[in-house]
Amino acid sequence: MKKALLALVAFAAVSAPLAAHAHRQWIEPSSTVLSGTGDDVWVTFDAAVSNTLFHADHQPMRIDNLVVTAPDGSTVAPQNVTRGRYRSTFDVQLAQNGTYRIVNASSGMNARYELNGENRNWRGTAAEFATAIPAGATNVRVSENANRVETFVTRGAPTPIAQVNTGLEITPVTHPNDLVASEAAQFRLLLDGRPAANIEVTIAPGNARYRNETGEIKVTTNAQGAFSVTFPTPGMWWVNASVRDLPSQIQGATRSANYSGVYEVLP
Amino acid sequence: MKLPLLASAAFALTAAPALAADLRVDIEVPRLSAAEYHAPYVAVWIENTDQTAVGTLSVWYDVDLRNNEGLTWLADMRTWWRKSGRTLTLPADGVSGATRAPGRHSISFRADNATLRNLPAGQYNVVVEAARELGNRELVRAPFTWGGAANNASGQGSVELGAVSVAVTR
Repeated sequence: MKKALLALVAFAAVSAPLAAHAHRQWIEPSSTVLSGTGDDVWVTFDAAVSNTLFHADHQPMRIDNLVVTAPDGSTVAPQNVTRGRYRSTFDVQLAQNGTYRIVNASSGMNARYELNGENRNWRGTAAEFATAIPAGATNVRVSENANRVETFVTRGAPTPIAQVNTGLEITPVTHPNDLVASEAAQFRLLLDGRPAANIEVTIAPGNARYRNETGEIKVTTNAQGAFSVTFPTPGMWWVNASVRDLPSQIQGATRSANYSGVYEVLP
Repeated sequence: MKLPLLASAAFALTAAPALAADLRVDIEVPRLSAAEYHAPYVAVWIENTDQTAVGTLSVWYDVDLRNNEGLTWLADMRTWWRKSGRTLTLPADGVSGATRAPGRHSISFRADNATLRNLPAGQYNVVVEAARELGNRELVRAPFTWGGAANNASGQGSVELGAVSVAVTR
């Protein structure tokens, strides 16, 4: 009995991040375009997992992997970090002019296999994977996963956003803090630093509770991973793409990745 | 060598007055009945006919607040902030000014103004954008021609701005 319970707990731990993918993940800033100066410029953030954008009505985001990068590339500690019932919140002080990147990203590997007639699950890093699967394991299914949830805020003029080359990412042609309703914006979707071609991108507006229609826009990336969108209305928008079961660089594994960004579009 | 230099200097001297037009912008800040009224923040800039910014002429905001706190709300003048404001360092001499009470305000810029000094002859707009605390945001354009004859034009606001007129005088 005890063993079975342990196995169940282990399974839950492994599958939790996957379950989270079924819902929408978002980090929503209180403002994205700031003109203040000095040492009293702040933005507060809500981080949550919920399908109704951007209403915190399901689960707080686990922000253990939260990283805030300042315009000069240095890392800034978030302040007043709190985990509530429905949302996590934190504040970031913008001491520099330029664009801050706020990311909660994770990556790792997941394996399911059978050994001596039992189903086994394993979760760990790519480095650990080499020795993770015991000899004699059968029906081995391995995936290499990356999940990225991010948003951007800018004090003063926007500054360039670095390419990360891990998992799915959107590299701006139009800066995410330079978006205006009814103007075309251009982006590129990359997977592990290479163009992610022919992938559907979902672009969904916030304030979902006050509409009958989702208002979602679906676009497909071209051969260069590029896509263009004209946001029809101002507001906070959720930009999402995911890939599953693509070839991985790691022998015997498949590649899965998810990207969720929150971009503000001004009138 | 000396002669041509002198000649060109003389030319510059004689040519300068031909371009020495002044630009006057008249802005009406309407009187509004509001329970809590704060004078609007106003930005005045010049744009090309494709609406790209040439330069900022004037910004009215709470210049006297401690720690430049008035700058916090400049981004509420969204169009100006995006096209010109965010690349400026404020406060700036000759650009920053205090907010103005309801009424008609006339601001004049001489041809040696930082933005006008190098402005090529052609068609432009003066753009006036106003944003008021607990109020609205509004933007009014008025076209003008620079480097030619005297001319004037006007635009009309409906909420946070009244008449906006621009005059090029010689």
